[in-house]
Amino acid sequence: MMPDSEKPTKSPSPIEQTPKPVTAIPTLAQAATERKPVVRSSVLDRIRKTHPASSRIPDAVFRVLILLTAISVFAIVAFIVYELIAKSQPTLHAFGMHFFYNDEWDPVNDVYGARPFIYGTLVSSFLGLLLAVPLSIGVAVYVTEMCPILLRPIISFLVELLAAIPSVIYGLWGIFVLAPLLRDYLQPFLAKTLGWTGLFTGASLGIGMLAAGIILAIMVLPIISSITREVLTAVPQNQREAVLALGATRWEMIRMGVLRNARIGIVGGIILGLGRAFGETMAVTMVIGNSNEISKSLFAPGNTMASVIANEFSEATGDLHLAALVEIGLALFLVTLVVNALARLLVWSITGPTGRTRA
Amino acid sequence: MIRSLRVILCIVALTVCALGQTTLNGAGATFPYPIYSKWFSEYHNLHSDIQVNYQSIGSGGGIRQVQAGTVDFGATDGPMTDEQITASKVKVLHVPTVLGAVVPAYNIPGVGGEVKFTPEILAGIFLGKIANWSDPAISKVNPDLKFPNQNITVVHRSDGSGTTYIFTDYLSKISPDWQSAVGKSTSVKWPVGVGGKGNEGVAGMIRQLPGSIGYIELIYALQNKIGYGSVKNSSGQFIKASLDSTTAAAAGVKMPADFRVSITNPPGKTAYPIASFTWLLIPTNPADKNKGKMVKDMVLWALDNGEPMAASLSYAPLPKEVADKAKAAVNQQVK
Repeated sequence: MMPDSEKPTKSPSPIEQTPKPVTAIPTLAQAATERKPVVRSSVLDRIRKTHPASSRIPDAVFRVLILLTAISVFAIVAFIVYELIAKSQPTLHAFGMHFFYNDEWDPVNDVYGARPFIYGTLVSSFLGLLLAVPLSIGVAVYVTEMCPILLRPIISFLVELLAAIPSVIYGLWGIFVLAPLLRDYLQPFLAKTLGWTGLFTGASLGIGMLAAGIILAIMVLPIISSITREVLTAVPQNQREAVLALGATRWEMIRMGVLRNARIGIVGGIILGLGRAFGETMAVTMVIGNSNEISKSLFAPGNTMASVIANEFSEATGDLHLAALVEIGLALFLVTLVVNALARLLVWSITGPTGRTRA
Repeated sequence: MIRSLRVILCIVALTVCALGQTTLNGAGATFPYPIYSKWFSEYHNLHSDIQVNYQSIGSGGGIRQVQAGTVDFGATDGPMTDEQITASKVKVLHVPTVLGAVVPAYNIPGVGGEVKFTPEILAGIFLGKIANWSDPAISKVNPDLKFPNQNITVVHRSDGSGTTYIFTDYLSKISPDWQSAVGKSTSVKWPVGVGGKGNEGVAGMIRQLPGSIGYIELIYALQNKIGYGSVKNSSGQFIKASLDSTTAAAAGVKMPADFRVSITNPPGKTAYPIASFTWLLIPTNPADKNKGKMVKDMVLWALDNGEPMAASLSYAPLPKEVADKAKAAVNQQVK
C-alpha cells in the first residue's frame, strides 16, 4: 500500500475542464469520516476516493461489461432449460414422472422411458472416473514432484495431446484396437478371476459398458491431470520443506504436504472431468453397444443419454419420439445438476463452504 | 490503383452473378445423398442460374422441414404416414427416385462360402430364437457349408435410419412374431444384439465380432467389398442382392397413385426381397410459384437424365414404367 505522503497529487488540467470539477481530493481522513461505519478500507476503496471522477468511468464501464458476461451465463442456462421443458411437453404430459424410471424405449408403439440411458450414463461415467482419477493424480504427482526436469515438458505435452484427439478417433480406436484386446485378453481374465462378483459375466464381445468406461477414462485423463498438476504446482514450496524437515518420507511429504493442501482443486478437476464424461457422445456411442437394457455385468452393451439423442434425433419422425429425445436432454441436464450438487456438497462437507479447510 | 480497381470489378461481377442465381433448398434422407448431389451439380452445369442446396439431415428432418414449408423440397427413405400427411400444412407428392437394398452381412469363423438365408432364419436370428450358428434350421438350408458351434451376435443400427426401416419392414411382412413383438420404424426396440452407428459402424462391428450378423446397405457393401448372403424371395428363389435384382423388385409391384408403396418381399422370380424406393417430397402447390416451377423442371430432368447416372454410384435405377409414371404424376399434380 502507498503511504499517504506518496499519494499522487492533483493533476490540474483535465479535471478543470470537466463540467463539475472536483474541487479537492478528499484525504484519507476525510474519506473515513464521510463513510460513517468504516467496515474495511481496501485498496479499491482508497483508489475510488483518491482518484478523480473521470478515471472512474472506465471502471464503471468495465464493471457493467463484466456483470453482463456473468449474467449471460444465467441467461443461457435459463434459455436452455426453458427450451427443453417447452419442447418436451408432449412426453411430459403423456408419461409424467414415469418417463424417468420406465425401462421401455419403443418408438414403434410410442412408449418411452429414460431409465436405461440414465443408468448407462452414470455407470459409464463413474467407471471412467474410477479408472481415470488414480491414473491422472499419479501422472500429476510424478510430473510435479518426482520427474527429472527434462522429462517434465514431454510428459505434460503428451497428456495434453490426448485432449486434442477428436472423439471419433477414440471411437474408431475403441472398435478396432481396444475392443479386440478386451475381448481376447482382459474380459476372459476378468471373468475367470472376478466373475463371482457378477460384474464380469456373459459373452465377451469387447464392446460394451467396460469398453465405454475405459475410453472415457482416457478422454477425461488429460482434464483431471492437467488441473491437478496446476494445483500441485501452486502448493507453496515451504509446505514440502516443512514436512520433510519433520522427518517425513517422500510419500508422506506428498500425502500430507501436497495432496492434502491441493485436494479441493483436485476435486474441482474431477468434477470437470465428470462433466466431460457425461456429455461425451461420439466415442461412447461407437463402443458401448447401444442396447437399451440394464445389466449388472459390465460386459453387456448399454446406452447413454447423449448417445440416444445423437443416434435417433435426425430420423425421429413422430412428434412423441422427438419430444422424448428432448426430454432425455432434460434428464441429462437434471442428472448433471444433481451430480454436480452432490459433488459440491461432498467438498463442503470436508472443507466448509468458504473453501478453507476445517481444523 | 489499377490492381485494386480490378479487384473491385471482380467483386462486383461476382455479386451480380450471385444475385442472378436462384438457390433451391432441399433437405432430408442421407442414403441418396451421393446421387442427389451428383444430379444437382450436373443440373447446375446445365442451368448455371440454378443452384440446389441439399442438406442430408435425415428423413425425419426432411419430412419435418417440408411440413413446415422451410425448404423447397424434401427427401425421405420411408414414406410419410397418413397422420403425417393430414398434419402437414404443405401438400406433397412422393416422387420415387432410385432404389436401395439391404443385405445380411456376417462374420462366421471357418465359413468362406455364401450363406443362404430364408425369411424364417432371418426372423429367428433377429428375434433371438436362433442363437447359435450350428442351429439345424441354418444347416438345413446350407447343406454345403460347415457351421461352427458359435453363438450368434446380432449387430443392428444404433442410429435411426432408412436402412433399419427397410429391414424391419421386411421382417414385419414375413414374420407375424416380428410384426407383433417389434414392428417397423427407423428405430425399433431390438430384442437382441448390439448397435453400431451408421453402415460403417455396423460393418466395423461385424468385422470385429466373430459369429456376428448384421444388415447394411447394398451400396455400402458393394463399395467396400463386403461379402453378404442371399435371401429367399417370395417365389422361393435364393437371390443375391445386386442392382438388377433390386430394380426387379420394383418392377413386380403394383404402384399406387401416390407412390407410397413398400416393395419388400415383392412378387417376381428375380426380385431381391429387401429393397425400397427412396422418395423426393415435392410440394404440389408451392408458395413461391417461380421456385416451384424450377423444382418441377429439375425433378423431371432427374427422372429422365438422372436415372442412367445411378448405376455408376451403385444405386439401382427405377424400372422404366415407374419412372414414366412418376413423370406423369409430377406433370399433372405439381402446379
